[in-house]
Amino acid sequence: MTTEFAYETTPGRQLPDGQQPKIELHGVGKVYPGTTVPAVADLDLDVPTGEILVLVGPSGCGKSTTLRLINRMIEPTSGKIIFDGEDVTDVNADALRRRIGYVIQQIGLFPHQTIAQNISTVPRLLGWDKARTAQRVDELLELTGLDPREYRDRYPKELSGGQAQRVGVARALGGDPEVLLMDEPFGAIDPITRDRLQNEFLRLQSELKKTIVFVTHDIDEAIKMGDRIAILGDQSVIRQFDTPERILAYPVDEFVSDFIGSGSTLKGLNFERVRDLQLSEDFAIVGVDTDRTEARRIFEASPERWMLVCDRDSRPLRWVGENDLSDGAPSLERAGVPVSATVMPNATLHDALEEMLLSNAGQAVVVDEKGRCQGILDIERLADVLKRLRHQAKKHYEGLAARETGEAAPPSEPGRSGAPHDESLGGEH
Amino acid sequence: MSSLQDVPDEVAELDEVHSYMPVNGDDEEAPSPGLPPAVRLIKSNAGLFLTPVLVVVGAVLLYVYNQRADTIFQDERALNWDRNLRPQLEQHLSLTLWSTVFTVLIAVPLGILLTRPRYRRAGAPILAVATSGQAVPAFGLLVLAFAWLGRGPWTTIWALALFTLLPVLRNTMVGLEQVDRSVIEAGRGMGLTKRQALQQIEIPLAVPVILAGVRTALVITVGMASLAFLIGGGGLGATISAGLKLARDLVLITGAVMTALVALSVDWIAALIEKTLRPSGL
Repeated sequence: MTTEFAYETTPGRQLPDGQQPKIELHGVGKVYPGTTVPAVADLDLDVPTGEILVLVGPSGCGKSTTLRLINRMIEPTSGKIIFDGEDVTDVNADALRRRIGYVIQQIGLFPHQTIAQNISTVPRLLGWDKARTAQRVDELLELTGLDPREYRDRYPKELSGGQAQRVGVARALGGDPEVLLMDEPFGAIDPITRDRLQNEFLRLQSELKKTIVFVTHDIDEAIKMGDRIAILGDQSVIRQFDTPERILAYPVDEFVSDFIGSGSTLKGLNFERVRDLQLSEDFAIVGVDTDRTEARRIFEASPERWMLVCDRDSRPLRWVGENDLSDGAPSLERAGVPVSATVMPNATLHDALEEMLLSNAGQAVVVDEKGRCQGILDIERLADVLKRLRHQAKKHYEGLAARETGEAAPPSEPGRSGAPHDESLGGEH
Repeated sequence: MSSLQDVPDEVAELDEVHSYMPVNGDDEEAPSPGLPPAVRLIKSNAGLFLTPVLVVVGAVLLYVYNQRADTIFQDERALNWDRNLRPQLEQHLSLTLWSTVFTVLIAVPLGILLTRPRYRRAGAPILAVATSGQAVPAFGLLVLAFAWLGRGPWTTIWALALFTLLPVLRNTMVGLEQVDRSVIEAGRGMGLTKRQALQQIEIPLAVPVILAGVRTALVITVGMASLAFLIGGGGLGATISAGLKLARDLVLITGAVMTALVALSVDWIAALIEKTLRPSGL
C-alpha cells in the first residue's frame, strides 16, 4: 500500500530545501534507568525556524518527554541536540534553559511573587538592570493583553485561569528567547477562553516569529496552532511530519488517519479559501427585470435545476426553479425562494460548506463586500478541491519517496538526509 | 517514602494542638466586608490582640493575689523577686530560646538535606528515629542527659533541643515536599539552578509550615523547661516544686501561673514572627 514509503523518508527531516532548522535532534533517545523499553527511541527531528511545530500524539507516546529533552529537563541517554548549529547536548543545562522559553500546562507561577517579579525571573537570571527589566515587564504585559498598571503588583492567586496563562506566556518570553517550548499550555482552560487564548497567541506569534515547539494531545488544537505537525506514535516515533493541510489531505498510514479521526476531510476545508476556487459556470444568472420568456429560455439552456435572480445592482435576490417560471407564477422579484447562503471570497471552504448545507438550494452565492454576486459555488466544486488536495499531497509523498531512493547513496547533505551522524555535525553551522 | 506520606496527618494534628490557643487567629478567613478597615484589622487579628491582654490581666491578678495573701517566712523567701523569681524567669526564657535555636539550626538544614533527591532515601528512617525519640518521656530524657552530660543548664538545653527536633524536622520536610512540583518545574525550566530553585522557590513556600513547626517546638520547650530544675537547669519549675514541698498554695500557684504566662507570651511572639515572615501572596 501507499504507507510503506513514508517510513523510509525519515519523516522528521522534511523541511523544504534551504530552510535552516533552529533545533535539530539527531537520534535522540531516552531510556529510563531500570527499564529496557525506551521512552523516546532514536528521534530525528528538525524544528523549523520561526514556525510553530506541534508535537501531537496519544497519551503516553512520549511527546512531553520529547519536549523536555530539548531543554534538557530530561537528559537524553543518546543522540545529539543542535541549537542554532551549536551542539548543546553537554553544555550547562541551566544556561541553555535561559535561552529557551518554557510554558507548562499547570503554568507554575511563583505564588509568593508578584506578577512583575514572576515575569522578571529570566531577566534577573540574565543580570539585566532594573530599568530594562521593568520596561520589559510592562511591554510583555501589554503584549499579552494585561494592563501593566493593574496587574504588575498583583499576586498569582488574584488571577483567573486565563490571566494566569497569559502571565505564564509573558514570563516565558521574559528573556526574549528565540525558542519557546509549550507543553499543553491551554490544556487546563475552559473551551471558550482556550479558543480566545489560541487566537491571541497566533496573533502574537505573527508579530514575534518565535520558533515554537508545542505539545498537545488534541488534534484540532494541533491543526489550528501548527505551521507544521509531527504526529507521534509510541516511543515518540514520528508517523507523519508535515503541514496540517497535507496531513489532513493525505494521512500516510492507518495510525495517522485513526488519530486524526473522522472528519479530517472537513477539517481540511478550513485551509482553502473561496477566492482560490474556480466557480461554477453552469448556473444561469438573470437580472430581475428579465422578460419571462427570455428567462425561461436561459433556464432551459442551463443544465442546473435552479437559476439565480439578481437585482439591478447585481445583488443576489432569489433562487427560481422550473415551476416559478410558468405563466401563472408571480414576478421574478417574488418567485422561488430567497437567497440565504452567501459567502465572501475570503471565507474558508468550511464556512462555505456550512452555508450551503443551511440553504435550501445546496449551493452558495459568492458575493463581494458590497454584496454583488461574483459567482456560484456548489458541492461539486468542493469535491473537486478535496480531490485535488489529496492528489497533490499524494504526489508530494511519492516525489519524496522517489528522491529518497534516488539519492540514498550520495552524501549530498551530511546530517540532513537521516544518514548515520558523522563528527562534522557540531561544526556544521 | 511511605512514612512521609502519612506525615500531613501529623501536621494536621500539630495544628490542632494550636487550635485551642486564641493566638492562631482566623487570618485565613476572608474578613467580612462592609466593616471599617480598622475594625476589620482587629477582627481578623483577634487572636493577636487578645493574648497580650490575657497576659497582662493574668499578671496583674497574680500580683494582687500575692499582695493580699497572708504570707509566712517560707513564702517570703520562695517568692523573693530578686533572689528567686527573676533569675528563674530569665533562666526559663534563656533555656527556651537556646534550645529552640539549636533545634532550628539542626532540624531545618537536616530537613532540607533529607528532601534532596540524593538523600531522600534516608528521610524515612531518620524521621522514624525522631518520632520514636519523642515517645521517650521528657523526664526520662532529662535524666538520661543528666547521666551522660552531668548537671547544668547546657545539659537541659541539649536535651530539650533533641526532644523538639521532631516537629521542626518533620514540618521542614513536609513543608518542602508540599511545594507544588509544577512551580519548581517551571522555575527549573526557566534556568534556575537547583540551589536557586531551593532558595527562591522551595524555602519561601515552605516557610509557613516550617514556622508552624518552630512554634510547636517553642511551646513544648516552655513546658518542658519547668522540669529543668531537676537536673540543675533552673527555671520556674523550682518555685512550683518549692510550693509542693512546702505545701504552700501561694507559692505553687505563683510558679504555675508564671509558667503559663511565659508560655502564652512565647506563643504570641512566635505567632507574630509567623505572620511577619509568611510570604505575601500565599
